[in-house]
Amino acid sequence: MSISRIRGLIKKNILDTPPSGIRKYFDLINEMKGAISLGIGEPDFETPWTIREEGIYSLEKGRTHYSSNAGFIELREEISRYMERKFGLKYDPRDEILVTVGGSEAIDIAVRTFAGPGDEVIVPEPSFVAYKGCVMFTGAKPVTIELKAENRFRLKPEQVLEAITERTRAIIIGYPNNPTGATMDYEDYAALVEVLKDKDIVVISDELYAELTYHGKHVSIARFPEMKYKTIVINGFSKAFAMTGWRIGFVCCNAEILEQMKKIHQYALMCSPTTAQYAAIEALRNGDDEVRRMTDEYNRRRLVMVDGLRKAGLDCFEPVGAFYVFPDITSTGLSSDSFCERLLMEEKVLMVPGNAFGACGEGFVRATYATSIENIREALTRIARFVERVKNEKK
Amino acid sequence: MKKELLNILKRNCRLTCDEIAVMLGTTAEEVEEAMKELDEKGVILAYNALIDWEKVDEEIVTAYIEVKVTPQRGQGYDKVAERIYKYPQVTACCLMSGGFDLFVVVEGKTMKEVALFVAEKLAPIESVLSCATHFVLKKYKENNVVFNGYHKDDREAVVL
Ligand SMILES: Cc1ncc(COP(=O)(O)O)c(C=O)c1O
Repeated sequence: MSISRIRGLIKKNILDTPPSGIRKYFDLINEMKGAISLGIGEPDFETPWTIREEGIYSLEKGRTHYSSNAGFIELREEISRYMERKFGLKYDPRDEILVTVGGSEAIDIAVRTFAGPGDEVIVPEPSFVAYKGCVMFTGAKPVTIELKAENRFRLKPEQVLEAITERTRAIIIGYPNNPTGATMDYEDYAALVEVLKDKDIVVISDELYAELTYHGKHVSIARFPEMKYKTIVINGFSKAFAMTGWRIGFVCCNAEILEQMKKIHQYALMCSPTTAQYAAIEALRNGDDEVRRMTDEYNRRRLVMVDGLRKAGLDCFEPVGAFYVFPDITSTGLSSDSFCERLLMEEKVLMVPGNAFGACGEGFVRATYATSIENIREALTRIARFVERVKNEKK
Repeated sequence: MKKELLNILKRNCRLTCDEIAVMLGTTAEEVEEAMKELDEKGVILAYNALIDWEKVDEEIVTAYIEVKVTPQRGQGYDKVAERIYKYPQVTACCLMSGGFDLFVVVEGKTMKEVALFVAEKLAPIESVLSCATHFVLKKYKENNVVFNGYHKDDREAVVL
C-alpha cells in the first residue's frame, strides 16, 4: 500500500522530461529584500481596463456557461479579421480557427495531432521550454537545431535540411523568439520555404509575440501560399494584450487539421474560459491603441536595456522582438548557471541562465525588460558592477 | 524626434538625457540641446511632481470654481482671466464653453481661507457676475495617474 508500487506505472517519457530547471532561483529570490527580477516572462502591464471590464460585464450578466468547443463565433470572427488586418492571413472563422486555453494548449494539441512514438519533431533552440516537453510527452523525439548568435538566432535552411529524416513529422518555429528576442524577415522565411515546400512536414508556428516586433512588421510563414495548408499558426492574447492570467489563445490552420486538433481540445479542455473570451472580443475590437502604448514602452526599455548591457561589458545581440535580451556572458569566464547564481546572491538581480532554453543557450542569459524603467536602471547599475568585479577577479 | 521626446518627458521627466538619447537613437548632447530649445520656446513649461498631499501632514484644500463674467469690449475674456490667474492662490484657470465662462482652481490651507478668497478677491472683481464654488473631497486620478493606484509587482519571480 504505498506509492512506490505505483511509481513504476508512470510513463517513462514523462519521467524523462525534466521540469523547467530554475526553481532554486525562485526560492532564493522570494526570501530576498530589494531583489529585482528580470526573470519574468510576462508583461508587467495590467490588462487594459476596457478589456477587463468586458470580462466583468459578462460575469454580471451571468455568462458563466460553456461556449461552443471552438469558442464563441463572434470571437472567431474577430480573430479572423485581426489575422487578416495585422498579418495578411485569411482564415475562415467557421472551421479554420480554434480558441484555446492559451498558446500553451495550442502548442500541445498541435504536436499531439502529428507526433507519437517513433516520430521526430524538429525544435530549434534556444526556445520556449514547452516545445520540447510537449514533444516528449507524446513519445516522439525532439530533434534540436542550434540557433547561432552569428545568424542573429534566425533559422537557416541548411540547418533544417540537415535535421530532416524520414521520421520528421513537424517543425516548431517560434518568432519573435523567447528567449533570444530574434525575429525572422520575409527573406529569411523565403529561404526556409525553399527547403520546406516540397516536404510533407507540418510547421507549427508559435507567433505569440507577433505584436511585439520593433523593426518592421511581423511576418508569418503562413503568408507563403506553398506553406499555408501545412502551417499551424499559434497566437494569443497573453503577451500582446497583457492577458497572461486569463488563459486564452488561438490556433489557425487548414480545416482538415483543425477538425482533428479540435477533438483533443474538446475532450481535454471543453472550451476556453468564457469570461476570457468576452474580454478577448473587446481586445480585438478596441485594443489597438493600448497595444501600441505598451509596445512603444517596451521598445524604449529595450533600447535602454541593450545599451546598458553593452556598456556593462557584455556582448549583446540586438533583439527586435518579444521582451527579452539574450546577452553573451562568456567574456566573464562564468558559466550561465554560476553567472546567474552569483548575480542573484551578490547583487540581487535575477536573470535566467540561457541553458534553461536548450543546451546551446549555455554562455548566454535571458533578461526581460517587461519591468519598469526604474527597475531596469537599477538592475543595469548592479549588473555593471558585477561584471566589472568578475572580470577583475579573472585577471 | 521632438514629438517623441515630448511624449517621453510627459510620462517621466526624471529619465536621464543618456537614457532618452538611447530611446531616441541619438546622443545625450542632442537631447539636451532639444530640451533647451523646447524650454526656451516655451513648449515645455515646467517639470512638476504629482503629489498626493493626503499622505503628507499637510492639509491642502482645493476648490473648483465656476465663474461667470462679462467680457470686456475689445479685450474679450483675456483681461479678466488675467486678473484672476495672477493671484498665487489660483493654480489653474481656463476659458470654458457652456454654462459658465471661466473655470478657476483655487488652493488654500483651509476651506475658510478659500471661501474668503472667493468672497473677498474673486467675487468683487468688476466684471465677475457670479462664482459657484465646489470643494474637492477626494482625488481619484490626475494627469493619468490614479491616486492610491500603486500596487506591488506581485508576479511570480520567474516565468519561462
Ligand atoms: C514563445 C511562447 N509561446 C507560448 C507561450 C504561452 O503563452 P500562453 O499564455 O498563451 O499560453 C509563451 C509564454 O511564455 C511563450 O513565451
